[in-house]
Amino acid sequence: MTVTNSIEETSTIEKSAPPSLRVDDAPRETKDRNLVSDFAGPIVVFVIFISLWYLLSTQVLPPQKRFLLPTPHRVIEEGFLTWSVGEQRGLKPILRSLWDSIKIAVIGLFITILIGTTLATLMATRRWMERATWPYLVALQSAPILAMTPLIRALIDGIRLQRILVVVLIAFFPIVNNTLFGLLSVDKSQHELFSLHGASKFTRLRKLQFPAAMPNIFVGLRISAGLSVIGAVVGDFYFRQGGVVGIGAQIDIYRSRLWGSELIAAIILASIFGLVVFILFGLLSKVAIGKWHTTTRGQ
Amino acid sequence: MAGALGFKNVGMTFPDGTKALGGVSFDINLGEFVTVVGPSGCGKSTLLRIASNLEVETEGKCEIDRNSIGYVFQDATLLPWRNVRKNIEIIAELHGIEKTKRTKLAQDAIDLVGLTGFEDKYPRQLSGGMRMRASLARSLVMKPRVFLFDEPFGALDEITRERLNDELLRLFQIEGFAGLFITHSIAEAVYMSTKVLVMSARPGQIVESFDIPFSYPRAHSLRYEPKFAEICGEVSLALRGALV
Repeated sequence: MTVTNSIEETSTIEKSAPPSLRVDDAPRETKDRNLVSDFAGPIVVFVIFISLWYLLSTQVLPPQKRFLLPTPHRVIEEGFLTWSVGEQRGLKPILRSLWDSIKIAVIGLFITILIGTTLATLMATRRWMERATWPYLVALQSAPILAMTPLIRALIDGIRLQRILVVVLIAFFPIVNNTLFGLLSVDKSQHELFSLHGASKFTRLRKLQFPAAMPNIFVGLRISAGLSVIGAVVGDFYFRQGGVVGIGAQIDIYRSRLWGSELIAAIILASIFGLVVFILFGLLSKVAIGKWHTTTRGQ
Repeated sequence: MAGALGFKNVGMTFPDGTKALGGVSFDINLGEFVTVVGPSGCGKSTLLRIASNLEVETEGKCEIDRNSIGYVFQDATLLPWRNVRKNIEIIAELHGIEKTKRTKLAQDAIDLVGLTGFEDKYPRQLSGGMRMRASLARSLVMKPRVFLFDEPFGALDEITRERLNDELLRLFQIEGFAGLFITHSIAEAVYMSTKVLVMSARPGQIVESFDIPFSYPRAHSLRYEPKFAEICGEVSLALRGALV
């Protein structure tokens, strides 16, 4: 009898908990209001952006330089609605080179995640590993890829491998940094709980540190994923040969030939790719840890 | 039978030279519930940490069956990525108990602390009191002979705290473990215990011991009886003495 009473008591406490603690029963109306503000904001910014673009390409730029920035409707017409003209112009070559870069970015990101989490795990479990590698990781993060291109070219055969390496170099740091931080910032008393019951280092990693680090790992993943797109584009710039090239090289071709519409269409598509990756990892994080981790809500 | 937990002249000096405990001796048998009260920083928690082997005593000896300890932390220390059921299974999991058996053990513990129906909730969906219940259930799963409590209800509101006091006493009667409880609340100490120990300021030593004469089960109304108030007063006086 006392048991049932106390359940009722505590469940009323639960009901009166602050809204941030509730999950399933968030009031409908706030959701609707969010819907309006969620969409109104981006739309307003988009309209301002397009207006500024028109203003620049029809008013601000002197007439002889307007070919550098074609109006939005010309970009849509020549960059998106034209399938292909010759080898290089139209949507087809842009998509082809984008697809080439996507493959490089995804492979590079996969390798980054694999090596990055492994290294972070080693660093978290062995103090000397952390001491030994940390300064160099920080240095690597700020080292200019441009300066390394001759060395990369000399050491590694094959354009694709060289491009993948650039992706890894650029995307590496955030995943290591965030994973390491997550693995090391587990609550002390939770560690003690595991010590009390004789948990091995491996059990501790698997059942305590990794789950606890998941929110941080996902933050690192999302940053690294975004950087892998940048890495792929940068890699294209420096490492290319004839035939199908990556989107970065394609952009460079348009730039050098002054094909403004294709140039801008290619930039827009590359940015959309970055956006898609960002959203994808946001969703992934929500699916994986949204149930228990609060900050992934509201995304 | 021999005590379930015994401190034999236990002293503790930390590596930085802080002397936390000086010569503490007492025993707790199964079916005894001993509470330690004392000024902040007198080494009460250090006693528990020594008993559970999280720290190793520098003098004397602590005798305990280390395979049969339940430890309830100051906060619930639930794992936020596990639901209530999975949280309560964790200790059994760490001891390598197979799945069907530990699910059964966990369900028994859940029913015992009155969390039936909340098995699939996550810690952040629970109130502070319910989290503490889950934490108690987690330790109950392995049916420990010795239960160590490190100010478990300190962060809860008065009503929830008193309710959980009753719940814990009920569990104590069912399970018959040896309990060592740390608290700042004199009333809580007297209400719960078979014996209350008063510790002095650092280095902590047991300066007085009070046997509490009330029989179990104890009713809530006990808190308003003159005899209860009298004992609380004595403990309070001893505690004031311990401060100087």
